Amino acid sequence: MHERVTANEIAMTDTDPVICFKDVSKIFGRVDGRGDLIAVDKLSFSIAKGEIVAVLGKTGCGKSTMFNIVAGLTEPTSGSATVVGHNPFREFEFFRGKIGIVFQNDRLMPWRSALDNVRLGLQILDADSKESEATARRWLERLGLRGHENDYPHALSGGMRQRVSIARAFAVNPDILLCDEPFSALDEMTARDLRAEFVRLVRQNNKTAIFITHQINEAMEIGDRVMVFHRPARIAYETHLNVSMSADERSNVRDEIMRVLSHEQPKPDAN
Amino acid sequence: MKNTRIVRFLQAAVSMLLLAAAWQILSYVFPPFLFPPVPAIITRTIDILITGSLLADVLLTAWRIFAGLFSAFIFGSILALLIGQSKTMENFVTPVLTFFQGIPALSWVVFAIIWFNGIEFRVLFIMVMTTLPAFTYQILDAFRSMSKDLFEMTMSFRPSRAKLFRYLIVPTIVPGILTAWKVNLGNAARVVVVAELVGATGGVGYQLLRQQQLFDMAGAMAWTLQLVLFVLVVQQTINAIENWALRYRPVSERTM
Ligand SMILES: Nc1ncnc2c1ncn2[C@@H]1O[C@H](COP(=O)(O)OP(=O)(O)OP(=O)(O)O)[C@@H](O)[C@H]1O
Ligand SMILES: [Mg+2]
Repeated sequence: MHERVTANEIAMTDTDPVICFKDVSKIFGRVDGRGDLIAVDKLSFSIAKGEIVAVLGKTGCGKSTMFNIVAGLTEPTSGSATVVGHNPFREFEFFRGKIGIVFQNDRLMPWRSALDNVRLGLQILDADSKESEATARRWLERLGLRGHENDYPHALSGGMRQRVSIARAFAVNPDILLCDEPFSALDEMTARDLRAEFVRLVRQNNKTAIFITHQINEAMEIGDRVMVFHRPARIAYETHLNVSMSADERSNVRDEIMRVLSHEQPKPDAN
Repeated sequence: MKNTRIVRFLQAAVSMLLLAAAWQILSYVFPPFLFPPVPAIITRTIDILITGSLLADVLLTAWRIFAGLFSAFIFGSILALLIGQSKTMENFVTPVLTFFQGIPALSWVVFAIIWFNGIEFRVLFIMVMTTLPAFTYQILDAFRSMSKDLFEMTMSFRPSRAKLFRYLIVPTIVPGILTAWKVNLGNAARVVVVAELVGATGGVGYQLLRQQQLFDMAGAMAWTLQLVLFVLVVQQTINAIENWALRYRPVSERTM
């Protein structure tokens, strides 16, 4: 499982956080010139190896923006965001094969079949062609897409496309998984199976995961820790969960999350 | 699917037949050196195709078109990718391209004659200079239409530049490249005969000039048709490539 361990990782101890945000802010300029929009506001948190953190928050509160910062797709305006001690935006090659991302929308390449979409990451990592095909097939099968390997994305349903994109992220076997509402396009039954599968995978391989969702139940089912964001992204509430919690305790946590989510002050946009 | 194809073919055939009929009627009204009858034109056309020495002229011109377009395509792709990746490059290169676009093909002919000696090089130079701007702009357009979502998704795997190019950029610009070839093919076929006036001793342009000197309208038509046929055949080939390369595209059952 650890064939890609590098010197940098060995140097890190298990107690060092895998993902670390210190006063991270992200400000977007508006095209219409109505000043700036603060999407993330002095956000600080750290996530340890093997943790699954579920992130909840109302729509537009900056979850995806935080996610893009961890993924190294956007650079924070201020503050420092590090992943395994490195800068995900600046150190491009260092993170090759280390972070797997399931985006909010499926983002499949329309010119590739389902199978070839899943293979993309493996091809970028120079995996052996036969092996990568076998891996991709296995993942499609695991996600219930057997028989659709050669279909183009336009011929798949929304939920099927989303599952292909999940397979694509998992196929590279990354140490860190970032998922932005990965199961939102699926029916409840399939979602439940995949949630269990997801947790099993992350646990088994001691991966670290951030999981964004809109469903409180899903967050509590998956997360070791639940963070609730208020807009602009800052932590309004945070709690650790564990299997030994009683049903009562869980229900208290759920009520508290509900309260925090609904008690967000309707804050007018900056300016 | 099959049926619509046959219908489309029939419609095209009928429209061409109507054009031929109109010409034939004119040939009854005017003397044959102005409007030669259709059968005479067809005979001459087939003559060219089955006479080795004449067919060589057609192939020579076809080769010149291809060589010019291919060179323009290579330079245009390089320019487009450079411009697409750097604002500075864009500011440097686009004014020159726009400037070139305003220069008539005939001016390039004159420049080529003054500057260069070899006939083939003159023709190639003219072909490249006249088709390069359009090629560049079309490929640049295709490059710029690349989806930000797909770009970020691909970048999340942290590919090398070569892999990014191969897995994302090339498939993104292929439709634009095919369109650019189709558009520029027509242009090139028109420019090539002008380019061949630089003193070429062979090719369709040279033959056209001779027909004019002989006042042979049927011959002029027959040589013109060679070019039209060439463009048609290549267009169809590109269409076939397009249908194969873009087979992943969804087709709506609704028509407009
Ligand atoms: N590229 C951008 N340019 C300008 N503003 C942006 C950009 N991306 C996001 N924003 C703004 O930042 C805020 C947070 O957006 P974000 O996508 O992070 O929300 P979210 O919490 O993921 O919402 P949802 O749950 O609906 O996905 C929004 O107000 C959005 O308009
Ligand atoms: Mg989002």
